[in-house]
Amino acid sequence: MGIREMTSKEVTQKVINQEELFILDVRNEDDFRDWKIEGENFDYLNIPYFDLLDGVEGIVNQIPLDKEILVVCAKEGSSVMVAEMLSEVGLTVAYLKGGMKAWSEYLEPIKVGEIKDGGEIYQFVRIGKGCLSYMVVSNGEAALIDATRMTDVYTEFAEQIGTTIKHVFDTHLHADHISGGREIAEKTNATYWLPPKDATEVTFEYQPLEGGTDVTIGNTTINIHGIYSPGHTIGSTSFVVDEKFLLSGDILFIDSIGRPDLAGMAGDWVADLRESLYTRYRQLSEELVVLPAHFMLIEELNEDGSVSAKLGTLFAENHGLNVEDENEFKKLVTENLPPQPNAYQEIRETNMGKISPDVDKQREMEIGPNRCAVR
Amino acid sequence: MNIAKVLDAKGLACPMPIVKTKKAINELEAGEVLEIHATDKGAKNDLAAWAKSGGHELLKDSEEDGVLKFWIKKG
Repeated sequence: MGIREMTSKEVTQKVINQEELFILDVRNEDDFRDWKIEGENFDYLNIPYFDLLDGVEGIVNQIPLDKEILVVCAKEGSSVMVAEMLSEVGLTVAYLKGGMKAWSEYLEPIKVGEIKDGGEIYQFVRIGKGCLSYMVVSNGEAALIDATRMTDVYTEFAEQIGTTIKHVFDTHLHADHISGGREIAEKTNATYWLPPKDATEVTFEYQPLEGGTDVTIGNTTINIHGIYSPGHTIGSTSFVVDEKFLLSGDILFIDSIGRPDLAGMAGDWVADLRESLYTRYRQLSEELVVLPAHFMLIEELNEDGSVSAKLGTLFAENHGLNVEDENEFKKLVTENLPPQPNAYQEIRETNMGKISPDVDKQREMEIGPNRCAVR
Repeated sequence: MNIAKVLDAKGLACPMPIVKTKKAINELEAGEVLEIHATDKGAKNDLAAWAKSGGHELLKDSEEDGVLKFWIKKG
């Protein structure tokens, strides 16, 4: 009996280890349907907390006694209330610390590879929202790619491993989450790079990131080579790191491809997207390990919780790379698209520097899954 | 609109705005209107869903200077 707090980190471990968990989600039904904690072996019951104010006796028989139970709500308060009520009728339960708000913000750093002369590349898995960002480290210097607004996570991680952030990149102007790139660059005196074609309306200084741009970190020449790959946005740029890793941004994912409509230009950008995926990427080595900026489904996680696959494997298996007919491809990426990410216009304006919402507002804008892909 | 009671739930975090609303509604007669003031942004969707599931009617809502106002007619 009694209740305990479970952190997003603990829940993440259960997702990665494919453990069982019974989630009693007490948010309202619309919010649950829209977005929830995903795990291969998780079971769910969704009963809004406001239907439980008179007691939990009515739902006790729907809760298994042989599984760990986690009560989840938006911010924590309601889950504590319901967990206490369940405890009073004799169940042992946990509640999610910080609720879905904390779940959306949690980043799990995972080492995804080694680069020459002792260098390393880390993937920061934003498990709740499906966003992936990267830190490339070599000889005491680091580059960040597609950092989220949880900037402390990166600066503290860099400090822990004894490295200095020198370069910060965004592969494109994001529409699903607020970039932390500019803030980190300001804090650490690093250079902030953005593709100029995505930055025509930005209100701040940046270094233009173009196809063919080469950036070196550490004194052993880790090469970060930009490849112009438009389609999700007109400026979208991918990176080849150390001739081993392809950071594909929002152009190519593991089981899906980028959607071209979030800047309102779907029709115009279809041909660019096709050219990037079917011509430019085809010229690259199939041995490159693809590291995308998102995952959509929990099934895309590798055994260690990271998200990656060889480019050759994706050419063989990713549906979006295997549509021969151009019209069919156009249909795939412009028709029957999933809903757009929450507040995506405001998020784009924030990333341009046009508006500066406070942290609470930023959280609210980012609620929900990323929805940057089409399958 | 004839308002039978005004509930101040400003500054309260979820689940308290709904807990208090439920209590206040219980003290009203069917057809009477409760006006609620809250600052928790989550209250908006939750009050609408709660009113629906409880057979009450959310007549109107507004937002002014960060204060959310709701008018619920008891069912």
